[in-house]
Amino acid sequence: MQYLLMIYENENVMNDMAPEARGAMFAEYNTFTQDIVKSGHFKAGDALQPVATATSVRVKDGKTITTDGPFAETKEQLGGYYLVEAADLDEAIGIAARIPAARTGTIEVRPVMVFDGSM
Amino acid sequence: MLGAAPNDVGATLDRLFREEHGRILAPLIRLLGDFERAEEVVQDAFEAAMQQWPVEGIPETPRAWVLRAARNKAIDRIRRSARFSDKRKELEAVAEVERSFAPPPDELLTEGLRDDMLRLVFTCCHPAIAIEAQLALTLRTICGLTTEEIARAFLVDARTMAQRIVRVQKKIAAAGIPYRVPGAEDLDARLEAVLHVLYLVFNEGYSASAGDELVRRSLCAEGIRLAELVVELLPDHPEPKGLLALMLLSDSRRDTRVDADGDLVVLEEQDRARWDRAQIERALPLVEAALRGRPPRAYALQAAVAALHAQAPRAEETDWRQIAALYAVQSRISPSPVVELNQAVAIAMAGDVARGLRQIDALEARGSLARYHLLPAARADLLRRLGRNEDAAAAYRAALELVGNDVERRYLERRLREV
Repeated sequence: MQYLLMIYENENVMNDMAPEARGAMFAEYNTFTQDIVKSGHFKAGDALQPVATATSVRVKDGKTITTDGPFAETKEQLGGYYLVEAADLDEAIGIAARIPAARTGTIEVRPVMVFDGSM
Repeated sequence: MLGAAPNDVGATLDRLFREEHGRILAPLIRLLGDFERAEEVVQDAFEAAMQQWPVEGIPETPRAWVLRAARNKAIDRIRRSARFSDKRKELEAVAEVERSFAPPPDELLTEGLRDDMLRLVFTCCHPAIAIEAQLALTLRTICGLTTEEIARAFLVDARTMAQRIVRVQKKIAAAGIPYRVPGAEDLDARLEAVLHVLYLVFNEGYSASAGDELVRRSLCAEGIRLAELVVELLPDHPEPKGLLALMLLSDSRRDTRVDADGDLVVLEEQDRARWDRAQIERALPLVEAALRGRPPRAYALQAAVAALHAQAPRAEETDWRQIAALYAVQSRISPSPVVELNQAVAIAMAGDVARGLRQIDALEARGSLARYHLLPAARADLLRRLGRNEDAAAAYRAALELVGNDVERRYLERRLREV
Protein backbone atom coordinates (compact mmCIF):
# COMPACT_ATOMS: atom_id res chain seq x y z
CA MET A 1 0.00 0.00 0.00
CA GLN A 2 1.07 3.57 -0.54
CA TYR A 3 0.01 6.42 1.66
CA LEU A 4 0.07 10.15 1.13
CA LEU A 5 0.96 11.95 4.32
CA MET A 6 -0.43 15.43 4.26
CA ILE A 7 1.21 18.02 6.47
CA TYR A 8 -1.17 20.65 7.84
CA GLU A 9 0.28 23.45 9.90
CA ASN A 10 -0.07 27.16 10.56
CA GLU A 11 2.31 29.05 8.27
CA ASN A 12 2.58 31.93 10.71
CA VAL A 13 3.99 29.74 13.44
CA MET A 14 6.87 28.89 11.12
CA ASN A 15 7.36 32.47 9.97
CA ASP A 16 7.53 33.71 13.56
CA MET A 17 10.10 31.11 14.61
CA ALA A 18 13.52 32.31 15.70
CA PRO A 19 16.26 31.39 13.19
CA GLU A 20 17.83 28.83 15.56
CA ALA A 21 14.50 27.13 16.17
CA ARG A 22 13.82 27.05 12.45
CA GLY A 23 17.26 25.62 11.80
CA ALA A 24 16.63 22.91 14.38
CA MET A 25 13.34 22.07 12.74
CA PHE A 26 14.88 21.84 9.29
CA ALA A 27 17.54 19.55 10.69
CA GLU A 28 14.85 17.37 12.22
CA TYR A 29 13.03 17.18 8.87
CA ASN A 30 16.32 16.26 7.21
CA THR A 31 17.00 13.45 9.66
CA PHE A 32 13.46 12.18 9.32
CA THR A 33 13.65 12.20 5.50
CA GLN A 34 16.98 10.40 5.51
CA ASP A 35 15.57 7.83 7.94
CA ILE A 36 12.56 6.94 5.81
CA VAL A 37 14.70 6.93 2.65
CA LYS A 38 17.00 4.44 4.33
CA SER A 39 14.14 2.32 5.61
CA GLY A 40 12.71 2.15 2.07
CA HIS A 41 9.47 3.95 2.94
CA PHE A 42 10.12 7.17 1.05
CA LYS A 43 8.49 7.61 -2.37
CA ALA A 44 8.33 11.40 -2.76
CA GLY A 45 8.08 14.43 -0.57
CA ASP A 46 8.28 18.20 -0.87
CA ALA A 47 7.65 21.34 1.02
CA LEU A 48 5.11 23.63 -0.64
CA GLN A 49 5.42 27.35 -1.21
CA PRO A 50 3.25 29.46 1.16
CA VAL A 51 -0.49 29.43 0.66
CA ALA A 52 -0.27 32.98 -0.77
CA THR A 53 1.11 31.43 -3.96
CA ALA A 54 -1.92 29.16 -4.40
CA THR A 55 -4.24 29.25 -7.38
CA SER A 56 -7.53 27.34 -7.61
CA VAL A 57 -8.70 25.89 -10.91
CA ARG A 58 -12.18 24.67 -11.82
CA VAL A 59 -13.78 23.83 -15.15
CA LYS A 60 -17.38 24.88 -15.71
CA ASP A 61 -19.13 24.27 -19.02
CA GLY A 62 -15.77 23.61 -20.64
CA LYS A 63 -14.39 26.95 -19.45
CA THR A 64 -11.38 27.06 -17.13
CA ILE A 65 -12.01 29.32 -14.16
CA THR A 66 -8.89 30.42 -12.34
CA THR A 67 -8.95 32.20 -9.00
CA ASP A 68 -6.30 33.49 -6.63
CA GLY A 69 -6.00 31.69 -3.35
CA PRO A 70 -6.27 28.21 -1.83
CA PHE A 71 -9.22 25.90 -1.92
CA ALA A 72 -11.38 26.78 1.08
CA GLU A 73 -14.53 24.71 0.76
CA THR A 74 -15.22 22.29 3.63
CA LYS A 75 -17.79 20.22 1.75
CA GLU A 76 -15.08 18.50 -0.27
CA GLN A 77 -12.05 16.61 0.90
CA LEU A 78 -8.56 16.13 -0.43
CA GLY A 79 -8.92 13.11 -2.68
CA GLY A 80 -5.60 12.74 -4.40
CA TYR A 81 -2.72 14.56 -5.93
CA TYR A 82 -0.46 14.76 -8.96
CA LEU A 83 3.07 16.08 -8.86
CA VAL A 84 3.86 17.54 -12.27
CA GLU A 85 6.73 19.34 -13.96
CA ALA A 86 5.51 22.42 -15.87
CA ALA A 87 7.26 25.38 -17.45
CA ASP A 88 5.10 27.95 -15.68
CA LEU A 89 1.81 28.47 -13.88
CA ASP A 90 -0.16 28.67 -17.14
CA GLU A 91 1.02 25.22 -18.14
CA ALA A 92 0.25 23.85 -14.67
CA ILE A 93 -3.25 25.38 -14.81
CA GLY A 94 -3.76 23.79 -18.23
CA ILE A 95 -2.87 20.37 -16.86
CA ALA A 96 -4.99 20.91 -13.72
CA ALA A 97 -7.99 21.76 -15.89
CA ARG A 98 -7.73 18.33 -17.57
CA ILE A 99 -8.11 16.44 -14.28
CA PRO A 100 -11.68 15.09 -14.26
CA ALA A 101 -12.29 16.40 -10.74
CA ALA A 102 -11.76 19.96 -12.05
CA ARG A 103 -15.33 19.69 -13.41
CA THR A 104 -16.88 18.55 -10.14
CA GLY A 105 -14.51 19.93 -7.53
CA THR A 106 -11.48 22.19 -7.39
CA ILE A 107 -7.82 21.61 -8.09
CA GLU A 108 -5.46 23.68 -5.97
CA VAL A 109 -2.19 24.42 -7.74
CA ARG A 110 0.73 25.09 -5.42
CA PRO A 111 4.35 25.46 -6.48
CA VAL A 112 6.79 23.15 -4.73
CA MET A 113 9.44 24.83 -2.63
CA VAL A 114 12.93 24.68 -4.05
CA PHE A 115 15.68 24.87 -1.44
CA ASP A 116 18.71 26.53 -2.97
CA GLY A 117 21.07 25.70 -0.11
CA SER A 118 21.09 29.27 1.19
CA MET A 119 18.48 28.46 3.83
CA MET B 1 21.30 76.50 -18.34
CA LEU B 2 22.78 75.41 -15.04
CA GLY B 3 20.49 74.20 -12.31
CA ALA B 4 16.73 74.10 -12.36
CA ALA B 5 14.03 75.10 -9.93
CA PRO B 6 13.14 72.06 -7.79
CA ASN B 7 9.47 72.58 -8.63
CA ASP B 8 10.14 72.29 -12.34
CA VAL B 9 12.22 69.18 -11.78
CA GLY B 10 9.50 67.64 -9.62
CA ALA B 11 6.74 68.41 -12.12
CA THR B 12 8.74 67.15 -15.10
CA LEU B 13 9.65 63.95 -13.30
CA ASP B 14 6.11 63.35 -12.05
CA ARG B 15 4.81 63.64 -15.59
CA LEU B 16 7.57 61.44 -17.00
CA PHE B 17 7.02 58.85 -14.31
CA ARG B 18 3.33 58.60 -15.19
CA GLU B 19 3.89 58.56 -18.92
CA GLU B 20 6.93 56.32 -19.13
CA HIS B 21 6.80 54.01 -16.13
CA GLY B 22 5.14 51.15 -18.01
CA ARG B 23 7.32 51.51 -21.09
CA ILE B 24 10.55 51.52 -19.13
CA LEU B 25 9.46 48.74 -16.82
CA ALA B 26 8.05 46.35 -19.43
CA PRO B 27 11.33 45.34 -21.10
CA LEU B 28 13.17 45.38 -17.74
CA ILE B 29 10.87 42.74 -16.25
CA ARG B 30 11.68 40.47 -19.17
CA LEU B 31 15.41 41.23 -19.00
CA LEU B 32 15.85 41.03 -15.23
CA GLY B 33 13.38 38.24 -14.61
CA ASP B 34 11.05 39.79 -12.03
CA PHE B 35 8.92 42.78 -11.13
CA GLU B 36 10.72 43.77 -7.96
CA ARG B 37 14.19 44.02 -9.50
CA ALA B 38 12.81 45.84 -12.55
CA GLU B 39 10.99 48.35 -10.35
CA GLU B 40 14.12 49.02 -8.37
CA VAL B 41 15.95 49.91 -11.57
CA VAL B 42 13.20 52.33 -12.59
CA GLN B 43 13.25 53.88 -9.11
CA ASP B 44 17.04 54.21 -9.28
CA ALA B 45 16.84 55.94 -12.65
CA PHE B 46 14.29 58.46 -11.43
CA GLU B 47 16.21 59.04 -8.21
CA ALA B 48 19.33 59.81 -10.22
CA ALA B 49 17.34 62.42 -12.16
CA MET B 50 15.98 63.83 -8.91
CA GLN B 51 19.53 64.36 -7.67
CA GLN B 52 21.23 65.56 -10.82
CA TRP B 53 18.64 67.74 -12.54
CA PRO B 54 18.38 70.41 -9.83
CA VAL B 55 22.17 70.84 -10.16
CA GLU B 56 22.77 70.28 -13.87
CA GLY B 57 19.46 71.51 -15.19
CA ILE B 58 16.64 69.59 -16.83
CA PRO B 59 18.14 67.87 -19.88
CA GLU B 60 16.91 68.84 -23.33
CA THR B 61 15.28 65.46 -23.83
CA PRO B 62 14.27 64.34 -20.32
CA ARG B 63 12.75 61.12 -21.57
CA ALA B 64 15.90 59.99 -23.36
CA TRP B 65 17.91 60.89 -20.23
CA VAL B 66 15.76 58.71 -17.99
CA LEU B 67 15.80 55.85 -20.50
CA ARG B 68 19.60 56.03 -20.67
CA ALA B 69 19.82 56.06 -16.88
CA ALA B 70 17.52 53.02 -16.66
CA ARG B 71 19.63 51.23 -19.27
CA ASN B 72 22.84 51.92 -17.35
CA LYS B 73 21.34 50.88 -14.03
CA ALA B 74 20.00 47.68 -15.61
CA ILE B 75 23.44 46.84 -17.00
CA ASP B 76 25.00 47.50 -13.56
CA ARG B 77 22.50 45.10 -12.06
CA ILE B 78 23.24 42.39 -14.57
CA ARG B 79 26.98 42.68 -13.98
CA ARG B 80 26.49 42.36 -10.22
CA SER B 81 23.80 39.69 -10.29
CA ALA B 82 24.47 36.03 -9.57
CA ARG B 83 21.82 35.14 -12.13
CA PHE B 84 24.27 36.06 -14.86
CA SER B 85 27.37 34.56 -13.27
CA ASP B 86 28.24 32.93 -16.57
CA LYS B 87 30.18 35.53 -18.63
CA ARG B 88 28.53 34.60 -21.91
CA LYS B 89 25.04 34.88 -20.37
CA GLU B 90 26.02 38.25 -18.92
CA LEU B 91 27.15 39.59 -22.28
CA GLU B 92 23.97 38.34 -23.93
CA ALA B 93 21.84 40.01 -21.28
CA VAL B 94 23.74 43.29 -21.60
CA ALA B 95 23.36 43.21 -25.39
CA GLU B 96 19.65 42.58 -24.97
CA VAL B 97 19.35 45.61 -22.68
CA GLU B 98 21.18 47.74 -25.27
CA ARG B 99 18.81 46.51 -27.97
CA SER B 100 15.71 47.19 -25.88
CA PHE B 101 16.73 50.70 -24.85
CA ALA B 102 18.52 52.02 -27.90
CA PRO B 103 17.72 53.86 -30.00
CA PRO B 104 15.35 55.35 -27.41
CA PRO B 105 11.91 54.51 -28.72
CA ASP B 106 10.01 57.71 -29.46
CA GLU B 107 6.26 58.15 -29.29
CA LEU B 108 5.71 55.23 -31.65
CA LEU B 109 5.90 51.80 -30.12
CA THR B 110 8.58 49.64 -31.69
CA GLU B 111 7.71 46.02 -32.35
CA GLY B 112 9.81 44.82 -29.41
CA LEU B 113 8.35 47.34 -26.98
CA ARG B 114 4.84 46.53 -28.17
CA ASP B 115 5.42 42.87 -27.24
CA ASP B 116 6.83 43.82 -23.84
CA MET B 117 3.88 46.11 -23.12
CA LEU B 118 1.49 43.31 -24.04
CA ARG B 119 3.36 40.93 -21.74
CA LEU B 120 3.05 43.49 -18.96
CA VAL B 121 -0.68 44.04 -19.54
CA PHE B 122 -1.49 40.32 -19.61
CA THR B 123 0.65 39.56 -16.57
CA CYS B 124 -0.86 42.36 -14.46
CA CYS B 125 -4.33 41.06 -15.35
CA HIS B 126 -3.54 37.36 -14.91
CA PRO B 127 -6.56 35.43 -13.58
CA ALA B 128 -4.45 33.71 -10.89
CA ILE B 129 -4.15 37.15 -9.22
CA ALA B 130 -7.02 38.44 -7.06
CA ILE B 131 -9.02 41.04 -8.94
CA GLU B 132 -8.31 43.94 -6.54
CA ALA B 133 -4.61 43.12 -6.77
CA GLN B 134 -4.85 43.11 -10.58
CA LEU B 135 -6.27 46.64 -10.39
CA ALA B 136 -3.55 47.83 -8.03
CA LEU B 137 -0.74 46.25 -10.02
CA THR B 138 -2.04 47.62 -13.31
CA LEU B 139 -2.30 51.16 -11.95
CA ARG B 140 1.06 50.97 -10.32
CA THR B 141 3.14 49.38 -13.08
CA ILE B 142 1.45 50.45 -16.31
CA CYS B 143 0.06 53.82 -15.23
CA GLY B 144 2.90 54.76 -12.89
CA LEU B 145 0.59 55.71 -10.01
CA THR B 146 2.18 55.71 -6.58
CA THR B 147 1.03 53.27 -3.93
CA GLU B 148 -0.40 56.23 -1.95
CA GLU B 149 -2.43 57.40 -4.95
CA ILE B 150 -3.84 53.92 -5.51
CA ALA B 151 -4.64 53.54 -1.81
CA ARG B 152 -6.53 56.84 -1.85
CA ALA B 153 -8.44 55.82 -4.97
CA PHE B 154 -9.63 52.57 -3.39
CA LEU B 155 -10.15 54.06 0.07
CA VAL B 156 -7.74 51.76 1.86
CA ASP B 157 -4.72 52.85 3.86
CA ALA B 158 -1.36 53.05 2.13
CA ARG B 159 0.16 50.26 4.23
CA THR B 160 -2.55 47.79 3.23
CA MET B 161 -2.13 48.75 -0.42
CA ALA B 162 1.66 48.42 -0.24
CA GLN B 163 1.27 44.94 1.27
CA ARG B 164 -1.20 43.99 -1.46
CA ILE B 165 1.29 45.00 -4.13
CA VAL B 166 4.25 43.26 -2.48
CA ARG B 167 2.18 40.11 -2.05
CA VAL B 168 1.15 40.00 -5.69
CA GLN B 169 4.69 40.60 -6.92
CA LYS B 170 5.86 37.74 -4.71
CA LYS B 171 3.13 35.48 -6.03
CA ILE B 172 4.07 36.23 -9.64
CA ALA B 173 7.64 35.21 -8.90
CA ALA B 174 6.98 32.25 -6.58
CA ALA B 175 4.04 30.69 -8.43
CA GLY B 176 5.70 31.10 -11.82
CA ILE B 177 3.11 33.35 -13.47
CA PRO B 178 4.70 33.70 -16.90
CA TYR B 179 5.67 37.02 -18.46
CA ARG B 180 4.26 36.44 -21.88
CA VAL B 181 1.38 37.09 -24.23
CA PRO B 182 -1.11 34.21 -24.13
CA GLY B 183 -1.30 31.94 -27.15
CA ALA B 184 -4.07 32.21 -29.73
CA GLU B 185 -6.20 29.57 -27.98
CA ASP B 186 -6.36 31.58 -24.74
CA LEU B 187 -6.12 35.09 -26.11
CA ASP B 188 -9.84 35.88 -26.27
CA ALA B 189 -10.55 34.75 -22.72
CA ARG B 190 -7.47 36.52 -21.37
CA LEU B 191 -8.24 39.71 -23.28
CA GLU B 192 -11.72 39.68 -21.78
CA ALA B 193 -10.11 39.54 -18.32
CA VAL B 194 -7.82 42.47 -19.20
CA LEU B 195 -10.73 44.57 -20.45
CA HIS B 196 -12.68 43.76 -17.31
CA VAL B 197 -9.87 45.20 -15.18
CA LEU B 198 -9.76 48.35 -17.32
CA TYR B 199 -13.51 48.69 -17.06
CA LEU B 200 -13.30 48.38 -13.26
CA VAL B 201 -10.60 51.08 -13.10
CA PHE B 202 -12.79 53.44 -15.10
CA ASN B 203 -15.94 52.55 -13.21
CA GLU B 204 -14.29 53.02 -9.84
CA GLY B 205 -13.79 56.61 -10.91
CA TYR B 206 -17.10 57.01 -12.69
CA SER B 207 -19.65 55.45 -10.37
CA ALA B 208 -21.19 58.07 -8.15
CA SER B 209 -19.97 56.62 -4.89
CA ALA B 210 -17.78 57.96 -2.13
CA GLY B 211 -14.30 59.40 -2.55
CA ASP B 212 -12.45 62.50 -3.57
CA GLU B 213 -13.74 63.96 -6.86
CA LEU B 214 -10.23 64.66 -8.20
CA VAL B 215 -9.00 61.16 -7.44
CA ARG B 216 -12.04 59.65 -9.13
CA ARG B 217 -11.58 61.86 -12.15
CA SER B 218 -8.00 60.68 -12.49
CA LEU B 219 -9.12 57.03 -12.32
CA CYS B 220 -11.42 57.67 -15.28
CA ALA B 221 -8.50 59.23 -17.13
CA GLU B 222 -6.30 56.23 -16.32
CA GLY B 223 -9.03 53.85 -17.48
CA ILE B 224 -9.20 55.70 -20.79
CA ARG B 225 -5.41 55.78 -21.10
CA LEU B 226 -5.20 52.02 -20.50
CA ALA B 227 -7.93 51.30 -23.03
CA GLU B 228 -6.11 53.51 -25.57
CA LEU B 229 -2.96 51.53 -24.93
CA VAL B 230 -4.67 48.17 -25.48
CA VAL B 231 -6.34 49.47 -28.66
CA GLU B 232 -2.90 50.51 -29.87
CA LEU B 233 -1.31 47.19 -28.86
CA LEU B 234 -4.05 45.00 -30.39
CA PRO B 235 -5.27 47.05 -33.36
CA ASP B 236 -7.02 44.10 -35.02
CA HIS B 237 -9.26 43.32 -32.06
CA PRO B 238 -12.65 45.06 -32.04
CA GLU B 239 -13.52 44.65 -28.36
CA PRO B 240 -10.91 47.03 -26.88
CA LYS B 241 -12.26 49.69 -29.25
CA GLY B 242 -15.74 49.03 -27.90
CA LEU B 243 -14.54 49.49 -24.34
CA LEU B 244 -12.60 52.67 -25.16
CA ALA B 245 -15.65 54.10 -26.96
CA LEU B 246 -17.87 53.24 -23.99
CA MET B 247 -15.48 55.01 -21.61
CA LEU B 248 -15.17 58.10 -23.81
CA LEU B 249 -18.93 58.37 -24.23
CA SER B 250 -19.67 57.91 -20.53
CA ASP B 251 -16.93 60.34 -19.61
CA SER B 252 -18.23 62.94 -22.09
CA ARG B 253 -21.26 63.37 -19.81
CA ARG B 254 -19.51 63.46 -16.49
CA ASP B 255 -19.85 67.21 -15.85
CA THR B 256 -23.61 67.06 -16.28
CA ARG B 257 -24.39 63.97 -14.22
CA VAL B 258 -24.47 65.75 -10.90
CA ASP B 259 -25.78 69.24 -10.18
CA ALA B 260 -24.21 71.97 -8.04
CA ASP B 261 -25.68 70.41 -4.87
CA GLY B 262 -24.22 67.02 -5.73
CA ASP B 263 -27.61 65.62 -6.71
CA LEU B 264 -28.00 63.09 -9.50
CA VAL B 265 -29.17 64.43 -12.87
CA VAL B 266 -30.58 61.61 -15.03
CA LEU B 267 -29.70 61.37 -18.71
CA GLU B 268 -33.04 62.82 -19.77
CA GLU B 269 -32.51 66.00 -17.75
CA GLN B 270 -28.83 66.57 -18.45
CA ASP B 271 -27.70 69.73 -20.24
CA ARG B 272 -26.59 68.20 -23.53
CA ALA B 273 -24.83 71.40 -24.61
CA ARG B 274 -22.25 70.65 -21.92
CA TRP B 275 -21.45 67.14 -23.12
CA ASP B 276 -17.88 66.88 -24.38
CA ARG B 277 -18.48 66.91 -28.15
CA ALA B 278 -14.84 66.37 -29.12
CA GLN B 279 -14.74 63.22 -27.03
CA ILE B 280 -18.02 61.99 -28.55
CA GLU B 281 -16.64 62.56 -32.06
CA ARG B 282 -13.57 60.51 -31.14
CA ALA B 283 -15.75 57.69 -29.85
CA LEU B 284 -18.15 57.32 -32.79
CA PRO B 285 -15.73 55.74 -35.31
CA LEU B 286 -14.53 53.40 -32.55
CA VAL B 287 -18.13 52.26 -32.03
CA GLU B 288 -18.43 51.54 -35.76
CA ALA B 289 -15.21 49.52 -35.72
CA ALA B 290 -16.19 47.63 -32.56
CA LEU B 291 -19.58 46.67 -33.98
CA ARG B 292 -17.82 44.91 -36.85
CA GLY B 293 -16.74 42.19 -34.40
CA ARG B 294 -18.43 38.86 -35.16
CA PRO B 295 -20.45 38.67 -33.06
CA PRO B 296 -20.25 42.14 -31.50
CA ARG B 297 -19.51 41.80 -27.79
CA ALA B 298 -20.94 43.43 -24.70
CA TYR B 299 -18.75 46.57 -24.63
CA ALA B 300 -19.39 47.29 -28.32
CA LEU B 301 -23.14 47.01 -27.82
CA GLN B 302 -23.10 49.15 -24.67
CA ALA B 303 -21.01 51.72 -26.51
CA ALA B 304 -23.51 51.68 -29.38
CA VAL B 305 -26.32 52.45 -26.91
CA ALA B 306 -24.25 55.26 -25.39
CA ALA B 307 -23.58 56.60 -28.90
CA LEU B 308 -27.30 56.76 -29.68
CA HIS B 309 -27.84 58.81 -26.53
CA ALA B 310 -24.89 61.04 -27.43
CA GLN B 311 -26.26 61.63 -30.92
CA ALA B 312 -29.76 62.66 -29.82
CA PRO B 313 -29.88 66.49 -29.77
CA ARG B 314 -32.75 66.35 -27.24
CA ALA B 315 -33.85 63.55 -24.93
CA GLU B 316 -37.17 63.23 -26.77
CA GLU B 317 -35.32 62.49 -29.99
CA THR B 318 -33.51 59.45 -28.58
CA ASP B 319 -33.78 56.45 -30.91
CA TRP B 320 -35.21 54.11 -28.26
CA ARG B 321 -36.35 51.60 -30.88
CA GLN B 322 -32.76 51.01 -31.96
CA ILE B 323 -31.58 50.96 -28.34
CA ALA B 324 -34.12 48.22 -27.59
CA ALA B 325 -32.84 46.30 -30.63
CA LEU B 326 -29.24 46.58 -29.38
CA TYR B 327 -30.24 45.25 -25.97
CA ALA B 328 -32.06 42.39 -27.70
CA VAL B 329 -28.83 41.46 -29.51
CA GLN B 330 -26.88 41.67 -26.26
CA SER B 331 -29.49 39.54 -24.51
CA ARG B 332 -29.03 36.87 -27.16
CA ILE B 333 -25.22 36.91 -27.05
CA SER B 334 -24.71 37.15 -23.29
CA PRO B 335 -28.05 36.86 -21.49
CA SER B 336 -28.33 38.71 -18.19
CA PRO B 337 -31.28 40.00 -16.18
CA VAL B 338 -29.75 43.50 -16.09
CA VAL B 339 -29.67 43.61 -19.89
CA GLU B 340 -33.28 42.40 -19.96
CA LEU B 341 -34.24 45.19 -17.58
CA ASN B 342 -32.54 47.77 -19.82
CA GLN B 343 -34.30 46.29 -22.81
CA ALA B 344 -37.67 46.53 -21.04
CA VAL B 345 -37.08 50.22 -20.28
CA ALA B 346 -36.04 50.88 -23.89
CA ILE B 347 -39.18 49.13 -25.19
CA ALA B 348 -41.30 51.27 -22.90
CA MET B 349 -39.49 54.48 -23.87
CA ALA B 350 -39.94 53.58 -27.54
CA GLY B 351 -43.67 53.78 -26.97
CA ASP B 352 -44.86 50.36 -25.83
CA VAL B 353 -45.05 51.08 -22.10
CA ALA B 354 -47.39 48.19 -21.36
CA ARG B 355 -45.01 45.66 -22.89
CA GLY B 356 -42.03 47.16 -21.06
CA LEU B 357 -43.89 46.91 -17.75
CA ARG B 358 -44.90 43.32 -18.47
CA GLN B 359 -41.27 42.43 -19.08
CA ILE B 360 -40.25 44.05 -15.79
CA ASP B 361 -43.00 42.13 -13.97
CA ALA B 362 -41.76 38.89 -15.51
CA LEU B 363 -38.20 39.67 -14.40
CA GLU B 364 -39.39 40.41 -10.89
CA ALA B 365 -41.40 37.19 -10.75
CA ARG B 366 -38.24 35.24 -11.60
CA GLY B 367 -36.58 36.80 -8.57
CA SER B 368 -33.16 37.13 -10.19
CA LEU B 369 -32.94 40.87 -9.48
CA ALA B 370 -34.57 40.71 -6.05
CA ARG B 371 -31.95 42.95 -4.38
CA TYR B 372 -31.38 45.30 -7.31
CA HIS B 373 -32.82 48.77 -6.59
CA LEU B 374 -32.93 49.74 -10.26
CA LEU B 375 -35.70 47.23 -10.96
CA PRO B 376 -38.35 48.94 -8.78
CA ALA B 377 -36.81 52.30 -9.75
CA ALA B 378 -37.36 51.55 -13.45
CA ARG B 379 -40.91 50.39 -12.81
CA ALA B 380 -41.58 53.51 -10.73
CA ASP B 381 -40.30 55.70 -13.54
CA LEU B 382 -42.56 54.08 -16.14
CA LEU B 383 -45.61 54.23 -13.83
CA ARG B 384 -44.88 57.92 -13.20
CA ARG B 385 -44.85 58.54 -16.95
CA LEU B 386 -48.23 56.80 -17.21
CA GLY B 387 -49.58 59.08 -14.45
CA ARG B 388 -50.19 56.12 -12.12
CA ASN B 389 -48.81 58.10 -9.19
CA GLU B 390 -49.85 55.83 -6.33
CA ASP B 391 -48.31 52.74 -7.95
CA ALA B 392 -45.23 54.78 -8.80
CA ALA B 393 -44.86 55.91 -5.17
CA ALA B 394 -45.03 52.32 -3.95
CA ALA B 395 -42.32 51.32 -6.43
CA TYR B 396 -40.11 54.29 -5.41
CA ARG B 397 -40.45 53.19 -1.80
CA ALA B 398 -39.43 49.66 -2.74
CA ALA B 399 -36.39 51.05 -4.59
CA LEU B 400 -35.44 53.20 -1.57
CA GLU B 401 -35.34 50.12 0.61
CA LEU B 402 -32.66 48.60 -1.61
CA VAL B 403 -30.55 51.58 -2.70
CA GLY B 404 -27.08 51.85 -1.14
CA ASN B 405 -25.70 54.98 -2.73
CA ASP B 406 -26.56 58.40 -1.21
CA VAL B 407 -26.70 60.29 -4.50
CA GLU B 408 -29.18 57.81 -5.93
CA ARG B 409 -31.12 57.77 -2.67
CA ARG B 410 -31.64 61.54 -2.81
CA TYR B 411 -32.78 61.24 -6.42
CA LEU B 412 -35.37 58.57 -5.57
CA GLU B 413 -36.58 60.59 -2.56
CA ARG B 414 -37.07 63.61 -4.78
CA ARG B 415 -39.09 61.54 -7.26
CA LEU B 416 -41.18 60.10 -4.46
CA ARG B 417 -42.02 63.62 -3.26
CA GLU B 418 -43.04 64.61 -6.77
CA VAL B 419 -45.57 61.83 -7.44
